[in-house]
Amino acid sequence: MVSKFTLKAAFISLMLLLVFLGAWQLATQPRESTAVIGGDAEYAALMGKGEQKTGFPTPAMVGKSFVTYLSDPFYDKGPNDKGIGIQIAYSLGRVALGFLLATLIALPVGFVIGMSPLLYRAFDPFIQVLKPISPLAWMPLALYSLKDSDISGIFVIFICSIWPMLLNTAFGVASVRRDWINVARTLEVNPLRKAFLVILPAAAPTILTGMRISMGIAWLVIVAAEMLVGGTGIGYFVWNEWNNLALPNVIFAVVMIGVVGMFLDLFFGWLQKLVTYRE
Amino acid sequence: MSTHFLSVESLKKVYPSANGTPNPPVFEDIHFHIDKGEFVCIIGHSGCGKTTILNVLAGLEEASAGNAFMDSREVKGPSLDRGVVFQSHALMPWMSVLGNVAFAVKSKWPDWPKDKIAAHASQYLEMVGLGHAIHKKPAELSGGMKQRVGIARAFAIQPKMLLLDEPFGALDALTRGTIQDELLKIVQATHQTVFMITHDVDEAILLADKIMLMSNGPHAKIAEIVEVTMPRSRTRAEIHHDPQYYRIRNHLVDFLVNRSKTYAGADAETFHDPKNPPLVRPGLDDELAAVVALPTQQSVPALRQVVNH
Ligand SMILES: Nc1ncnc2c1ncn2[C@@H]1O[C@H](COP(=O)(O)OP(=O)(O)OP(=O)(O)O)[C@@H](O)[C@H]1O
Ligand SMILES: [Mg+2]
Repeated sequence: MVSKFTLKAAFISLMLLLVFLGAWQLATQPRESTAVIGGDAEYAALMGKGEQKTGFPTPAMVGKSFVTYLSDPFYDKGPNDKGIGIQIAYSLGRVALGFLLATLIALPVGFVIGMSPLLYRAFDPFIQVLKPISPLAWMPLALYSLKDSDISGIFVIFICSIWPMLLNTAFGVASVRRDWINVARTLEVNPLRKAFLVILPAAAPTILTGMRISMGIAWLVIVAAEMLVGGTGIGYFVWNEWNNLALPNVIFAVVMIGVVGMFLDLFFGWLQKLVTYRE
Repeated sequence: MSTHFLSVESLKKVYPSANGTPNPPVFEDIHFHIDKGEFVCIIGHSGCGKTTILNVLAGLEEASAGNAFMDSREVKGPSLDRGVVFQSHALMPWMSVLGNVAFAVKSKWPDWPKDKIAAHASQYLEMVGLGHAIHKKPAELSGGMKQRVGIARAFAIQPKMLLLDEPFGALDALTRGTIQDELLKIVQATHQTVFMITHDVDEAILLADKIMLMSNGPHAKIAEIVEVTMPRSRTRAEIHHDPQYYRIRNHLVDFLVNRSKTYAGADAETFHDPKNPPLVRPGLDDELAAVVALPTQQSVPALRQVVNH
């Protein structure tokens, strides 16, 4: 019964995709009359393939981008011409580094302030002020003080992913069931064992939720950051293709950003499931 | 300080109020003692402070005044010498049943090898009849089974004393009976010293050597200590045939229904000394008349639980 339900949903999804592609095709279809009468073939050629009026690529053109880039994702022909796989790998590398650094700080600090209501209150105003700052607002400061665009990108990822993790860790740790703490106390469990065997597993689902949110934000931010600092990465790729006026490539990259983001989220969802317990 | 295994002296608890005005003490002038191997139940209306007393004994909470001594040492903070069974079982849901008990065993004997810990833990799980379920997660167990894991966990660390906070409160009557029988068997075999809170008069009579009756709060006190004079080899099936059973039961119910509120006023001092609450034996005929006039035997109240529900 479930599989039938899934099948139905998949069928509707497919229909939606086809309708979307159809509408897209209709909207961007080149009109022969205009192509002939217009006569400004030169301008049309400049816009791309020179066979359409609106300038917005047709599904077929985007499809061609997909084929070209996905058939050879890892080529490297100089700084401005790298395969999509390499660009995504650069972005993922930055996200991973920034995220890892944020985790290394957010988890212990969150743990400590979650355990101590006093520190929680003391840290709270700072967190409340720092949290809503757009990570990109840090960019100038980062570029100025770190003097390296690569490290600045990593820093921006770090600063945007630290807050949800910090807050969720603190909240998760602070709201561990009193009973479990009391069990640990009556068993005279030493602090380290208590932290790792009682509090951490008890708070893990909340912490993982924070990490999942952080990763979502980090992936949003990396594209923007790479557009700013340039050099490598999927964000830079989008920017570069826009400068080349190669819209089909831009659309291709946009879809790739979505797909990678989806897999990142799926991965954290899987981790979350792993640590979730049923009471 | 006395020579008793556990003694509680002048215990008092005041909770700070939210708005600054001083709260009346939940209880005060609590004196009692428990000897080694004794099974003591405490009964009283909801909110009189039973859990608070148990938490003080467990070392989980601090009293506002007074002390508790166990084995001639003051109770300060939790200790592996006192096993606690929590009302809400308090099993860690991410650990298996065996894992929960092994966690406690490892806390008590950190140097034991893994297989010894597992063997010790499974032995206690078998004792409560859960040998077949050791690899399940708590979420896969029924309420009664979870409570039994909690009991196995407390027994497995072989504490000098067990503290049970309404361990069967959440169970249906049938399951409750089965586990009571199990607890009775284990306690009779191990001569464990037990302090147990219950709302169930029958449960108290079945299990306890002494039943402490607490008056209503605030300013709750130990009003009376009832000695259960029936032989210790009681069983749930036969206890009803003992005429003492009804006398004790009537005495307890009468206290809860009629007398528990009379200890609060200033005039209570004229008939009651909280430092030396009277020890009564309603099960023995002759003393019965001296203590309190009881309803006749036929009018046993139908209430099983007179408190809280
Ligand atoms: N943390 C707390 N802060 C303030 N008041 C509290 C706190 N814990 C308990 N109390 C109060 O102390 C009194 C005694 O509580 P306690 O839980 O010991 O009662 P109890 O006898 O165990 O009741 P029950 O039979 O319902 O479990 C209650 O009136 C309760 O409101
Ligand atoms: Mg209670």
